[in-house]
Amino acid sequence: MTVKETGKVHRTLLPIGPFHPLQEEAEFFQLTIEGERVVDLDVRLSYNHRGIEQLCTTKTFDQIPFLVERVCGICSASHPLAYVQAVEELAGIEVPERALYLRTIVNELERVHSHLLWVGLAGHFLGYNTVWMWAWRYREPVLDLLEMLTGSRINYANARVGGVRREISNDLWPAVAEKVDEAVAGLDMITKAVLDDPVLHARLKGVGVLSKEDAIRYGVTGPTARASGVPIDVRRDDPYAAYDRVDWEVIVQEEGDVFAKAVVRLLETYESVKIIQQCIAQIPDGPLSAEVREIPPGEGVGHVEAPRGETFHYVKSDGSNFPVRHKIRAPSFVNVPSFKASCIGQLVADVAITLASVDPCYSCTERVAVVRDRSRPEQVFGLDELIRLSQERSAEFRRRLGA
Amino acid sequence: MSLSELTGSIRSQLTDAVLAIEERSPRRTWMTVRPERIREVARYLFEDAGGRLATMTGVDGRDQIEVLYHFCFDHLGGVVTVRAQAAKPTPEIDSVTPIIEAANWIEREIHDLLGMNFRGHPDMRRLLLADDWPEGLYPLRRDVREKLPNYGRR
Repeated sequence: MTVKETGKVHRTLLPIGPFHPLQEEAEFFQLTIEGERVVDLDVRLSYNHRGIEQLCTTKTFDQIPFLVERVCGICSASHPLAYVQAVEELAGIEVPERALYLRTIVNELERVHSHLLWVGLAGHFLGYNTVWMWAWRYREPVLDLLEMLTGSRINYANARVGGVRREISNDLWPAVAEKVDEAVAGLDMITKAVLDDPVLHARLKGVGVLSKEDAIRYGVTGPTARASGVPIDVRRDDPYAAYDRVDWEVIVQEEGDVFAKAVVRLLETYESVKIIQQCIAQIPDGPLSAEVREIPPGEGVGHVEAPRGETFHYVKSDGSNFPVRHKIRAPSFVNVPSFKASCIGQLVADVAITLASVDPCYSCTERVAVVRDRSRPEQVFGLDELIRLSQERSAEFRRRLGA
Repeated sequence: MSLSELTGSIRSQLTDAVLAIEERSPRRTWMTVRPERIREVARYLFEDAGGRLATMTGVDGRDQIEVLYHFCFDHLGGVVTVRAQAAKPTPEIDSVTPIIEAANWIEREIHDLLGMNFRGHPDMRRLLLADDWPEGLYPLRRDVREKLPNYGRR
């Protein structure tokens, strides 16, 4: 039957994904457009669900850090730290000073390399592949450092209930200072390139705005919240590790657009550097861990400021060797739904960078975004086409501005 | 206001909705509430007291499903966890999503994994379970293994 006969338009969906050779993780982008604007958004999750919460009830308290650091490859220090803090709270364990500092150093190095990764991705989405290459090149000394300090670039196995698992020798601090300086040189260059570029200003200001009201409604955290004028940061609000023993600032912007989110991430990377430098100057000698015998019955919560926002863990024990319940909530779980507020009304060409501005972690959240515009027959775009549209839009701005 | 003062406020404002409330440490308050009063409690903590719903945890008990609502009070540096229980075999509680949008996904997750029904949720679709996952099979319930098709087979 034809459109004339039925008055209905035949809709065809061409899915690209969830398993596509060009994508690092399973993701299903199904974009239906009409005109150039987004009118609705939905998310489909769980392509990367691994049943970790259930698995945790079959592991001993000491085994769990090794499991939960694999929730996410890029915030792999945050999950174990939130977990061990929940257990330490439950069991009333006090962590020795040196361990608090060692935890801080690793977690701030993680923030630096995660933010540099994001800057690179954002650069790629915008068609600034040079920014992408430089950001990832200057990420390398940070990953080298983490490997030197913990044995791994990712998945450090450094946290344990009661403290840290391994010593990091004071002899290594000069090398840390040197490598951090190397990363900062790159950060200086990239920050200047991004913040001073008129095309990026035109491209990113006013784009993907998440209002402060919506940021609070959705309960977003991390740079996504701080860029919308919501001044929250677990490191300052509910201090853990050594964050209240060093001086640093919480970076907040008010506009809530993609540019503001970029500013927050870039500037807070400098704060991370300050924290690391103070930690290596102040770190006391002492034991690496409290002695932990048994975990009594009880419950505790632990939360940390991961690169993407607050990671929240809850642990319940019945006095046996395994937790009865372990709830894991990564920051992307609360940040991703805010797409509904920040993407509606945006141009299709701005969707890729708006989605990316939340710095979503697939593994942490196992999700996929679906963009729908109902008023005309569907065309379907995958992520690679969203990115292409985004890059073309930047090129158009460059032409217009004669850059 | 300190977390202690907030706890005092909760006691006086929510009185009989609260079954028990305990300050386990300067930054951690834990309370149990009557499940039928959960919307009032959530509204008070979110709208009046300025709390942020960080997440919710569903826990399977023998005779009930327990839901923990974890509210962070960032400006006070504390966490208030609210416990509400719903009896099996048909555990249900009012959804707080109409009041706090941040509850939307997590209520869907707890519904998927524990079979808790959140009355009045605006969009109770599956979040984590596959489309063809059978009804009535809740992965985080402790009796799920017995219900799996290959239970007992090698």
